[in-house]
Amino acid sequence: MNALLSVNSLTRRFGGLVAVNEITLDLHRGEVHAVIGTNGAGKSTLINMLSGEIGVSAGQIRLDGQDITRRSQALRARSGVGRSYQRTTIFPEFTVHENCRLAAQAATPRPWAIWQSASGCSGSNAAAAEALAAAGLAEVAQRVAGTLSHGAKRQLEVAMCLATRPRVLLLDEPLAGMGAEETDRMLALLERLRANHAILLVEHDMDAVFRIADRITVMVNGAVIASGDPASIRENSEVRTAYLGEEH
Amino acid sequence: MNRLSSFLPLACAVVLAIAGPLLSPYAGDFVVKVMILSIFALSLQLLVGMTGLVSLGHAAFYGIGAYATVLASGKDGGSIAWLLPLAMACAAGYALVVGALSLRTRGVYFIMVTLAFAQMAFFVFHDTDVGGGSDGIYLYVRPVLGALDMENRLTQFYVVLAALVFTYALLVLIGRSRFGAALAGIRVNEQRMRAAGFPVYGYKLAAFVIAGALAGLAGFLLAARDGVVNPELLSWHNSGDVLLMIILGGLGRLRGAVIGAACFTVLKEVLATQSFVGPLADHWQLTLGLAIIVFVALLPKGIIGLAERLSPRA
Amino acid sequence: MDFGTFLVQCLNAVQYGLLLFLVASGLTLIFGIMGVINLAHGSFYMIGAYLAFSLAPLFGDNFILMLLAGVVLTAALGYVLEWAFFSYLYQRDHLQQVLMTYGLILVFEELRSILIGNDVHGVPLPAWLGGSFALGDLMSYPWYRIFASVACIVVAVALYYVVNRTRLGMMVRAGASNRDMVRGLGIDIRRLYRIVFAAGVALAALAGMIAAPMSSVYPNMGASVLIICFVVVVIGGIGSITGALVAALLVGFVDTFGKVFFAELSGVGIYVLMAVILIWRPEGLMGKKA
Repeated sequence: MNALLSVNSLTRRFGGLVAVNEITLDLHRGEVHAVIGTNGAGKSTLINMLSGEIGVSAGQIRLDGQDITRRSQALRARSGVGRSYQRTTIFPEFTVHENCRLAAQAATPRPWAIWQSASGCSGSNAAAAEALAAAGLAEVAQRVAGTLSHGAKRQLEVAMCLATRPRVLLLDEPLAGMGAEETDRMLALLERLRANHAILLVEHDMDAVFRIADRITVMVNGAVIASGDPASIRENSEVRTAYLGEEH
Repeated sequence: MNRLSSFLPLACAVVLAIAGPLLSPYAGDFVVKVMILSIFALSLQLLVGMTGLVSLGHAAFYGIGAYATVLASGKDGGSIAWLLPLAMACAAGYALVVGALSLRTRGVYFIMVTLAFAQMAFFVFHDTDVGGGSDGIYLYVRPVLGALDMENRLTQFYVVLAALVFTYALLVLIGRSRFGAALAGIRVNEQRMRAAGFPVYGYKLAAFVIAGALAGLAGFLLAARDGVVNPELLSWHNSGDVLLMIILGGLGRLRGAVIGAACFTVLKEVLATQSFVGPLADHWQLTLGLAIIVFVALLPKGIIGLAERLSPRA
Repeated sequence: MDFGTFLVQCLNAVQYGLLLFLVASGLTLIFGIMGVINLAHGSFYMIGAYLAFSLAPLFGDNFILMLLAGVVLTAALGYVLEWAFFSYLYQRDHLQQVLMTYGLILVFEELRSILIGNDVHGVPLPAWLGGSFALGDLMSYPWYRIFASVACIVVAVALYYVVNRTRLGMMVRAGASNRDMVRGLGIDIRRLYRIVFAAGVALAALAGMIAAPMSSVYPNMGASVLIICFVVVVIGGIGSITGALVAALLVGFVDTFGKVFFAELSGVGIYVLMAVILIWRPEGLMGKKA
């Protein structure tokens, strides 16, 4: 099956430092591909390059066969690449529903139509409702986002991604700061999303990664040291060495 | 309570419309001045309050609108029908150039760059013969439209009031619209807007240009009222003052801009009048400066913020 | 343009640029370390100039002594000002900082008006710095301008030394890149800020003192310097002292030669330069990319 998002020899240099060194990986629809690695391994830089926040020093990124290496972040988002952030980037002063509706609005912006109210935009409202339902947040739709619990905020972060109806999901540590129950809920959400999306998951929580991932890529010092299904990664001696003494 | 308060601006407009002919020359003049400054402040509210772009050079567009009006009027004057759009277009044009360049920066850089570009415009009018140098230029004939002559005080009043109602209504519409929602999103979390797929730069630039055009509208009205323009209109003191107005009234609220414009104008009058403050009147800059510091320190949410704190809604 | 004139203009450009650097380095230090945008920075320049005017009769020919006295006085002023006013600005957003320091400008301007008045005043040159020397056959150049440039270079070198080779400088550089980390290391951040602020004020005031005999003292001199300073900082990149130096010299050249070639629109030249930088490198010549 052809990859939805394919990354080829992606490299990023900052002056003399090579933060990401010739990374190659594929994201397929129906698959959760986790990227793990020690701190400073280059995972954030990688995901920033994929979403379009920082530029690429060398290499290629292809979405459904099309080269998107030079596309701006906003254009990539409209092409179907959704991104959630490690530090929550929701709109705390708006309601949960408004958060998703605003994100969804990007697909049908029509900014010149100022006589039409934003709250009446049926397309955005529908997409928002769908995203909230998928994320399990439908009950709290009218609550002000800033008042949600941390776990719910992280769910909203993913929901806002979904509101733009992406094909690819780039999730940056969605489980950050979550307790056991919240983690379960988030993993259940990812399970539901798996079928229809290609998911890249950058995570530190090893338990969660081994539970949910279909493929795992391990990065150390900017380069891939191993890539494969969870079982083989668990057996991989290099990976064990890299993580020795760093049991979660 | 909420529904009642949303009719307040409309009610005020009606009251003003009725009161127009009843006001004394001095009072009418003062009200016109406040209305013009309200338009100026509202235009900045779009930029600062709604989009979160702090500009310290907004007076440039105000001044350009005013100068364009006077320069285009020449010796024979002109019709409001083309002078007004021309003034707004000139202001919007400069806003397009300044915005396109300044919006490549953020935060403090943006503040400094907008100030610098306004200063550049100030120098053009102050140092060259384009606008009669530091003395400014006079408007020989005020703009007319059919039977309406802006020389007539009552006509002035109603034209300015109409412009204020237009500006306010426009901003209300924008606030409710998708465009306004996007601007609000950019203000709260630009990163998320980009990640969702909004071309953020384009939205900011649009807000900047619209704000510039509306400031140009205020400038046109000022030229028509005063009959004279000078480079001080583009000074950074003016940019600072209009920023103060919207903080004074309440950032982010349209009525805050109007309240702020009114209060600031009154405040400046009071501080400079000996019958109110005695000998301090000569040193009004000192009292104004101290008042600003104290006010911003204690009431960052402005007068509206204070009112909301004093009468909490359930 | 003959060579003599060209040389004179170059010397003028360098001297103007170096003075701007002094003011701009104070501004960029304060912003880089404390994150405060200070519109009243130009007022410190003005205070320095008016201080020179007030102290000149007392010190007579002891010009350097007067400069040192001025530096000490204004550093003390800066120290107190930071404690009494600016330390409250760190937690506030940029808009509030802009407005509060704008209010401060009004206060300073009016105080100056009350204490010294609104007249333009000249500041006499000390005898040993007066006069000019010959430059080629036709031109002569004032000794004082050379002194001004040299003084600025001395300060620039001292600044470089302190920032790059002393413990204090190390804390300043660390504070610039990571405020919380510095606090976590147990360094008294409040005293550090106070010292940095006092230094920034003293730098601006010193520039004003040095400039006073050349430009006279007049109301609004603070405002004009401030805005040009902003242009320098934008071109050079916030937080970079080297950037401020390069940018200040660039601005000095553009402004000086601009006046020669485009008399009327010369004031516009530096803004055009800023526009070019914004198109090419919006973070400034030596600024960090966002």
